[in-house]
Amino acid sequence: MNVVRFIFDGIREMFRGPRIYWIWLAVLTAIIAFGAWNYSLQLADGLVVTGMSDQVSWGFYISNFAFLVGIAAAAVLLVIPAYIFDRKDIKEVVLVGEGMAVAAVTMAILFVIADLGRPDRLWHMIPVLGRFNFPVSLLAWDVLVLTVYLLLNLAIPFYVLYSRYRGKQPNFRAYFPFVVIAMFWAISIHTVTAFLFSANPARPFWHTALLGPRFIASAFASGPALIIITLQIVRKTTSYKISQSVIDTLALIMTTALQINLFFVGAELFTDFYNEGAHAASIHYLFFGLGGFSSLRTWIWLALALNLIAVTILMIHPTRRHPVLLNVACILTFVGIWIEKGMGLVIPGFVPTPLGEIFEYVPTSVELAVAAGIWAFGVLVFTLLAKAVIAIEMGKVRQRESESALSF
Amino acid sequence: MSKAGDKFDQARRNFLRGIGLGTAAAVAQPAWGGQTFQDALADFFQKDYRRMSKEEIDEALGRIERRVKAQYDVDIDCQNTPPQENVVYGYAINISRCIGCRYCVHACVKENNLGRDSQVQYIRVLELDQGNFNLEQSDHYYDPEKVPVEGKHYLPVQCMQCDDPPCVKACPVEATWMEPDGIVVVDYDWCIGCRYCMAACPYWARHFNWTTPELPAKEINTNCHYLGNRPRPRGVVEKCHFCIHRVRKGQQPACMEACPTGARIFGNLLDPDSEIRYVLANKQVFRLKEDLGTEPKFWYFSD
Repeated sequence: MNVVRFIFDGIREMFRGPRIYWIWLAVLTAIIAFGAWNYSLQLADGLVVTGMSDQVSWGFYISNFAFLVGIAAAAVLLVIPAYIFDRKDIKEVVLVGEGMAVAAVTMAILFVIADLGRPDRLWHMIPVLGRFNFPVSLLAWDVLVLTVYLLLNLAIPFYVLYSRYRGKQPNFRAYFPFVVIAMFWAISIHTVTAFLFSANPARPFWHTALLGPRFIASAFASGPALIIITLQIVRKTTSYKISQSVIDTLALIMTTALQINLFFVGAELFTDFYNEGAHAASIHYLFFGLGGFSSLRTWIWLALALNLIAVTILMIHPTRRHPVLLNVACILTFVGIWIEKGMGLVIPGFVPTPLGEIFEYVPTSVELAVAAGIWAFGVLVFTLLAKAVIAIEMGKVRQRESESALSF
Repeated sequence: MSKAGDKFDQARRNFLRGIGLGTAAAVAQPAWGGQTFQDALADFFQKDYRRMSKEEIDEALGRIERRVKAQYDVDIDCQNTPPQENVVYGYAINISRCIGCRYCVHACVKENNLGRDSQVQYIRVLELDQGNFNLEQSDHYYDPEKVPVEGKHYLPVQCMQCDDPPCVKACPVEATWMEPDGIVVVDYDWCIGCRYCMAACPYWARHFNWTTPELPAKEINTNCHYLGNRPRPRGVVEKCHFCIHRVRKGQQPACMEACPTGARIFGNLLDPDSEIRYVLANKQVFRLKEDLGTEPKFWYFSD
């Protein structure tokens, strides 16, 4: 009964707030509805309404998927210092980070479902009932690790918050093992997602051992970027205290990760271009265009420029500590990595095709609208979770004495 | 590329056809995509091919036939011919004989009930300059008055029926596998349409039904196989299956039969007296992208 009341009180807190909060929820809901309507068009006519083709058979959806798994994994950057190094300041925001992981995994899963030709057959993946090609298929691995990661990031905060709700200290020993699992799991989800691509010799652009490390490095840059911005929004909009030292630590991690990521990009460029062979065709297409087609060229150079500006801001101590400049660096990093690891990674894998055909992909308005809807859904999930988490952490939502006496 | 234009055209045609069909369907079967509720339900819960019992497969074949009847008013004979004992199929193409006429492509489209508007083709013939074998410099859409063009050579590519197929490993739901006779098949009723197999294939042999494939009712090949050329639903992947409905009955694949120059050789790799075994033993054969370790059962050679 207590658990039911806890959930009930939590949900009630999610839908309580000032007018501006309600306007925010309404805006998100409107975008979600617009996305859902566009998805219904896709369901009615098939994936023909997207810009994808037999030549470029994955597009904007899978690009966003790859990026979002990284954001989800980055929550571990709060989990490790909070639970392993016992940083009190970070412990206070770790649940917000886990809320972000939940939202990001949810979006990642939704992007995969949006990409399916037969979402009605999703049950074919359920083990026993369907046929789950585990451990052979990397996609089966990805489904498994994402589902478990989602559950871990729901279960740990649930336990901690439920303890707080009852006015008790959570038993550290009880949930510490799960925290350790979640740490390794975070690395695994992004590694598996990288392996999903790098496992394919058919696509030389992806078929590199550097892809896994690159995914982790870019995730540990884009993730903190988003967390830093989000924590500042939380600080502005609520009375929840967020220590500046948390943001400073995240900014340092982000700086290092971004440096490593840029080094990796440089290593790829050198290896592919010093003695340029047929396997470099895709990266040539990406950076310089191929056979008169170059729709990604502007984007990738933009991404590179954004990341270079960001890393410059971050590397100089005074500019990194400057609140406005730090936010600029975060936004540049987030957008830069989104381009680089999204469209910049997925699309060139298909151009040229294994038979040498060059065919370009441009997302259609349906794809953009569905993607916007999924992003809005993720933001909504995070907003609601963060609202309840902060209220419970601050002790605003507590089990009432009379109720606990009555409960059985 | 006028892809967007095609799509609008497509939508318009669908719309016009919808009006015509709608009135007809209103009389016969109103809902469930022209199926009875019972059939639609059974379709939804249909198990994958390899786990269905003999009876369940027979029922599934019946539903497929009724589905095609409702959609096109055509009676197909959808069979489930099993693989023959001690047979593994292989293919070889004599590229010095190929003149790039694409008769194989057209025969394949008709034989295998390939969507006409969706322009899916299992065979792609590449045109290359003499002395050049760089696929990236090949022309996929060559369209001269007469073939062969002086100074060009031609390379037909289709599913290589790899013995270690990366597409099969990729599939998260085991909707594609290699049959005992070496043919890599797809269960169109089990595929979830994630297209990971398409990313994994080094030969661009897999194709997706981005929209419901449209067939002219009069041209439907009624001799069908569950794992082969039966009309496909939307949202699933398909590929060359060596004309499974023909070869399992001892016939040649349609592409081989159509080839006017005799460039195509098909047969049983396990039969030491077969023509394909002669070619492998006596010609200088090679395979595409051998370095990827996919072990294609598809060879090329020249005189």
